[in-house]
Amino acid sequence: MTDYIIKVENLVKKFGELVAVDHISFNVVQGEIFGFLGPNGAGKTTTINILCTLARPTAGRATLNGFDVVRQQNQVRQSIGLVFQDPSLDDRLTGLHNLRFHAMVYNIPVSVREERIKHLLEMVELWDKRNKFVNTYSGGMKRRLELARGLLHYPKVLFLDEPTLGLDPQTRNHIWEYVLELRKREGTTVFMTTHYMDEAEKADRIAIVDYGKLVAMDTPGRLKQSIGKDIISLKTEDDEKAAEEITRRYQTEVRNDKDHLTFSIANGEEFLPVFIKEFGIKISSISLRRPTLEDVFLKLTGREIREEGEAGDTLRAHFREHGRHMRR
Amino acid sequence: MNNLLGVYTIWYRDILRFWHDKARMLSAILFPIMFLFIFGSGLRGSIGVMGGGIDFVQFMYPGIMGMSVLMGSFMSGVSIVWDREFGFLKEVLVAPISRISVALGRTLGAATVATIQGIIILVLAPIIGVSISIWTVLALLPLMFLLAASMGSMGILLASRIKSTEAFQAIMQMLMFPMIFLSGVFFPMQDLPGWMSVIVKINPASYGIATIREVVLGASPDSPFNIILFGHIMTIRDNIAVLAVFGFIMIILAMWSFGRQD
Repeated sequence: MTDYIIKVENLVKKFGELVAVDHISFNVVQGEIFGFLGPNGAGKTTTINILCTLARPTAGRATLNGFDVVRQQNQVRQSIGLVFQDPSLDDRLTGLHNLRFHAMVYNIPVSVREERIKHLLEMVELWDKRNKFVNTYSGGMKRRLELARGLLHYPKVLFLDEPTLGLDPQTRNHIWEYVLELRKREGTTVFMTTHYMDEAEKADRIAIVDYGKLVAMDTPGRLKQSIGKDIISLKTEDDEKAAEEITRRYQTEVRNDKDHLTFSIANGEEFLPVFIKEFGIKISSISLRRPTLEDVFLKLTGREIREEGEAGDTLRAHFREHGRHMRR
Repeated sequence: MNNLLGVYTIWYRDILRFWHDKARMLSAILFPIMFLFIFGSGLRGSIGVMGGGIDFVQFMYPGIMGMSVLMGSFMSGVSIVWDREFGFLKEVLVAPISRISVALGRTLGAATVATIQGIIILVLAPIIGVSISIWTVLALLPLMFLLAASMGSMGILLASRIKSTEAFQAIMQMLMFPMIFLSGVFFPMQDLPGWMSVIVKINPASYGIATIREVVLGASPDSPFNIILFGHIMTIRDNIAVLAVFGFIMIILAMWSFGRQD
């Protein structure tokens, strides 16, 4: 029998008429990295909020570490650590104060507290900055501090909601090193959402949600296999005409992205030489690749995973930061 | 047990923040001084002695003390809105402590900080020409704490319903300032125009200010500064009772409102 650390059965959350989460069911195995993907507004954050006891489900039930997320909230909270996409630090206190506060709230014995704080701050390379106020930290430093804080009480499940959004590649890599290390050492289960495909690849299993429903759940490898075809991108003299011709000849859907065309086809390697020879319109460039998670995502939700994600969120985060400074 | 620790931790954070926020501490001292000296110097001449041998600055002094407590506690209560805006509230809400502990810890934190802010103003007593005994201080401490806890929980009650900082600004201006101006900080409550007299008596802050004034300047049934409610001259005990009932209702409502979940 498999040990499920998170069990979700027929979860529903309605906000008035809007159904944000629509009968979602899934289980997460102890110690796995579980990727939870979906376009913005698909119900990811709402699901996480329910699992973290920040919101009540309208119907259905969920347990975490064996505790019910509605009736045993304190036990659930003691079992989880969180790193949110928005900072949740007290920036008028120092890094050390923030961790001490967390240790007190989570009832970590004083005898082990200081040692554990030191260890974690050294791990995220913030020990030297421990007595600096958080409002002097950079975005990356804040996220690292949050990670250290999320791990302080040795949670069974670590929730990472867009943990590396807006961070530079070096910091992103660092954060992932810590997380993977921790999983190896403590067997911590990681439940994450991300807009970065390379991060999603790190998951053992991925669930994709759209319009509040679960549309797929499998390993990244099998999800990519499920597309079953290779992806061909090309540029031609006349993309409009070329698209029509491809659809007519090979009965496949062509996506026109302004500067290039994309379509998928079985056995691409054999198809390509024949295609180039037969095609009537002049081709200026062509490439063939294996399907990526991006393609899986596009096929299942009709949207690119990053289209609203990266640029929009970073911009919004920027405005929020800016707004805060003005209000203070 | 865990909840008691939660209350303590939330309280401790408020104290720690206050301690580290030198700018806030300085403004807690300077703001009331500014009021005392600007209004005092400006109006002392034209108002002169107000009865009972007390001049305008001396009259205003305990009122300013109360104003400090009131503003300090109300602002820290409402500052939960700030925590929500800056994200820290999330850390508190997913922590393994009950919402009620959070609200209670916050109320006590706000009350402690505000009481300190009120007590600080006692250092001005010799300059103002008011004599303060150790008994006055001991009586003021619980009184200020009660006033602060009431106002602090009223702030929390509002903050648990306000989601935006814009609404927060509006509330500060539409509620806190009228509450201070219409509480007898700056003028005695007898001989006011009818409408004003009604508002002043509805305002729970008035009873806190009146009590502090009675402790600092001395109480007597024929003092011109007493509140007269339905023809009855309110004694210190009556005022404290009104304040305590109000505070109790506010704390219960704050804990209830903050504890509700989406």
